[in-house]
Amino acid sequence: MALTVLRRLGQTLFVLVGISVLVFLVFFATPGADPTARIAGRNASPETMARVRVEYGFDRPLPVQYARMMEKLFVTRDLTSYVNRGQKVVPEILEAAPVTLSLVSGAAAIWVVLSVAMGVTAAALRGGWVDRGLMMLGLVGISIPVFWLGQVVNLVTQSRYHDSWLFSWVPGLGYVPLTEDPLGWFRALVLPWLTLAVLFVGIYSRVLRADLVAVQSEDFMRTARAKGLSPARVLLVHGLRTSMITFVSLFGLDFAQLVGGGALLTEVVFGLQGVGRLTYQALSNLDLPLIMATVMYSAVFVVIANAVVDMLYLILDPRVRDGR
Amino acid sequence: MTGLPDHSPSPLIAAQDLRMTYRVGRGQVLRALDGVSLSVRPGEVLGLVGESGCGKSTLGRCLLRLVQPSAGRVVFDGTDITTLPERRLRPLRQDMQMVFQDSYAALNPRRRIGDLVAEPLRVHPAPGGGRRSRADIAARLAELMDLVGLPQQALARYPHEFSGGQRQRINIARALALSPRLVVADEPVAALDVSIQAQIVNLFMDLRDQLGLTYIFVAHDLAVVRQISTRVAVMYLGAIVELGEADAVLHRPAHPYTAALIAAVPEPVVRTGDLPPPLRGDVPSPIAPPPGCRFHTRCPVVRDRCRVDPPALRTLPDGREAACHYPLVGE
Amino acid sequence: MDGDMLLAVRDLTVALPVGGRLVPIVESVSFTLGTREILGIVGESGSGKSVTSLAIMGLIDVPGARITGSVRFRGRELVGLPPRAYRALRGREIAMIFQDPMTAFTPVYTVGRQIDEQIRAHQKISRADARARTVRLLGDMGVPDPERVAGRYPHQLSGGLRQRAMIAMALSCNPALLIADEPTTALDVTVQAQILDLLRVLRRDYGSSVLLITHDMGVVAETCDRTLVLYSGLVAERGPTGALFAQPAHPYTAALLDSIPPLHGLRPARLPSIPGSPPAPAERPAGCPFGPRCTHVHAACATRPPLVACGEQHVACVLPTEGHPLPPRRVPEMSA
Repeated sequence: MALTVLRRLGQTLFVLVGISVLVFLVFFATPGADPTARIAGRNASPETMARVRVEYGFDRPLPVQYARMMEKLFVTRDLTSYVNRGQKVVPEILEAAPVTLSLVSGAAAIWVVLSVAMGVTAAALRGGWVDRGLMMLGLVGISIPVFWLGQVVNLVTQSRYHDSWLFSWVPGLGYVPLTEDPLGWFRALVLPWLTLAVLFVGIYSRVLRADLVAVQSEDFMRTARAKGLSPARVLLVHGLRTSMITFVSLFGLDFAQLVGGGALLTEVVFGLQGVGRLTYQALSNLDLPLIMATVMYSAVFVVIANAVVDMLYLILDPRVRDGR
Repeated sequence: MTGLPDHSPSPLIAAQDLRMTYRVGRGQVLRALDGVSLSVRPGEVLGLVGESGCGKSTLGRCLLRLVQPSAGRVVFDGTDITTLPERRLRPLRQDMQMVFQDSYAALNPRRRIGDLVAEPLRVHPAPGGGRRSRADIAARLAELMDLVGLPQQALARYPHEFSGGQRQRINIARALALSPRLVVADEPVAALDVSIQAQIVNLFMDLRDQLGLTYIFVAHDLAVVRQISTRVAVMYLGAIVELGEADAVLHRPAHPYTAALIAAVPEPVVRTGDLPPPLRGDVPSPIAPPPGCRFHTRCPVVRDRCRVDPPALRTLPDGREAACHYPLVGE
Repeated sequence: MDGDMLLAVRDLTVALPVGGRLVPIVESVSFTLGTREILGIVGESGSGKSVTSLAIMGLIDVPGARITGSVRFRGRELVGLPPRAYRALRGREIAMIFQDPMTAFTPVYTVGRQIDEQIRAHQKISRADARARTVRLLGDMGVPDPERVAGRYPHQLSGGLRQRAMIAMALSCNPALLIADEPTTALDVTVQAQILDLLRVLRRDYGSSVLLITHDMGVVAETCDRTLVLYSGLVAERGPTGALFAQPAHPYTAALLDSIPPLHGLRPARLPSIPGSPPAPAERPAGCPFGPRCTHVHAACATRPPLVACGEQHVACVLPTEGHPLPPRRVPEMSA
């Protein structure tokens, strides 16, 4: 087991190095493009250009440039944006990360609980009107664009009915750090959580129901019923655990991409200064150091999430543990 | 039956010291075949029997080079095919065909029977070289349907419209399309009901008489193997433990494993008195086969020597071969 | 007559919806099973033998299925029994083992935990007591090192051990009736012999009654006291196993036995085979379902023959009443 974990850790590191090399090559070593000019920004003075060239080692061979970049990113953490002069990139990301993490974790908790409840209920009452209703609801959730839903939520809670008893507790748009004011944090985020979760509740409940229905025809489900277990126990103890495989792999990927910046639309609509927004700004300003940093940041999350999913497999399915 | 005449024809297919190993992680090695040698003369039916994991299916596949053996040689009709490049193997492939257990999985469900059976005829060139004409193919298809006892209308239908037995006839027709000399059948009747099984076994026997085919018949069912085979090879944990004339091996087994296998078959006859005690334990893992004789962990007549000294396959006075220090019949 | 029987099945008909209409998969099946008896239900695929056993267990959950007739277990009617009452019965008084012990265990729990679960579903006992009973049962089933095996996952065990564990689970609540649905089909022949031996021992030591569902006439001959032959969802013949194998009364039984290649004696040049294949339930002929494949078929077979006594058996064939019962079977001599 320990060996498996160690090996997995090694693989994770290897993948991260690979990604960083790839990103570096794409942004900084594209033939015919001078990275100095790109980093220094438009209309940069010759002095700035010269400083950038020395700072990043653009007058030296590629491996040195790469090493210099990684050093600035991870060791000295003084990679600096030239679009917003003097703005250090790494602290900026470290500031945005808790916002996104709060947003995505809360939404994830909501969508996991709701989709498991909906999926199991629908599968248990398969073919009935409850099943059809829940799945219809899921489909609606999948079809609603998140930015539209966010705008509607804002319209209702921030302006139209803000003064009614129902929504007077809703604070203005923006983020409140958890460490400063836990209740405020919760209030500020509960609507963004729900908004972000809607799509995933739809997808996950439908996926889980399909897997649960498929597992019904397995021999071991028949054995479980032949043992005289209650339908609820058969479904939850024998069916759900074996149906969670798809669910867990989907969750790992979705969670990682959201934390890595995929919650952009929700962040923008609710005025949250998260990683998604930061990435968006970096891209629209062509702020290369910031792009490099955000891409590396999200890569780290995707790779870590994959590793976590693999570990979950080990726990969920003993057959994986034995390598079969 | 005393030995074989010296003017016996040269073997159609022969294997020498075939080995097949798979890596199974953590540096462990699974020996699916552990040094198998045998030869099959034209017109013979060699039955390969044994329990799951004994390597009988792997052997069948290695002989046709559907999988590449890890070591050893396969000689087909005088040509060493073990390392022959695929391009030079292709003409020989016409002479050796395979029939599988799962009659449905072997047939593409979206294609008509006519297309499925004609496929080898379209892929391989005609005997004189060049492609076969449409008329030639149609005539051959009609012939094949007669051969396997299916109506001509079957050619225009799809696999799901047939029962298991009929689908196995279709698979046989496809295997015979190019007039092969050797057919390897891997559990061809195991998935069929008894009454259908008899039809297909009879068909195999009829086809052999009509076409002078040579079979290697892989099966776990001893009674079926006895019905169709002229010689039988009994396998255990990747090796042959007994090989000889079908009647000799199955009536007076020399190897204790063969005897146990025969005794374990439930027969449709009500016997009075107690049944013989069954063999104890399970087949050991082929990843860690026991030292000495590989059967010694379950052998009812095991002696000390068997635990340390692996017996080689050797010829007994009556001409059969057995890998046992203390064979149950005459020395 | 059925009064002292453990299980009395009368005119059991199971109809399932196929393509919009109800098709009887099993039709008017009747039999009884006494205590300490092993009854074999034998038939080819599609004969309805598994559906019969699932109907007795109340495990047919196809929407729109219709089960009629009567299944009396210890005098209690099971057809139409409410789900909750059925659940209390299943696993405790009637237990079942299945064909493939690999897929019949939930892959993500240890074998021991799954056996504990069944015990605790029917009895209020502690986890530790349940596990102690599980380990004892596994030991009784001939599992070496039962404590360790209880802690293993299904895929970590061999086929034979898995099936022994499955039988241990089925017997965990001392059921009066054990239904074994093709319990040895997925096993190798030497392991099959062990499991069949175990079933005979269980009857001797535990006094279990067993309903053994199989396609293998050899398994029936070696294990069962009485035999029921199903063909296309109908009873072809039933009677004591010895009599039935010595002189089969139904042409189907006789032809089926003939088509099995013998392991001893002379090899026939050709195996006697039955032409054609069994009809699908929806295309079952109105008369004798075996008529189209039968060598004795004649005008009287156009109406469905009732079950009549013939020797020690009951047979659904017109031949005995017409005064032409089938001759005794030629049994191949056994070699020394």
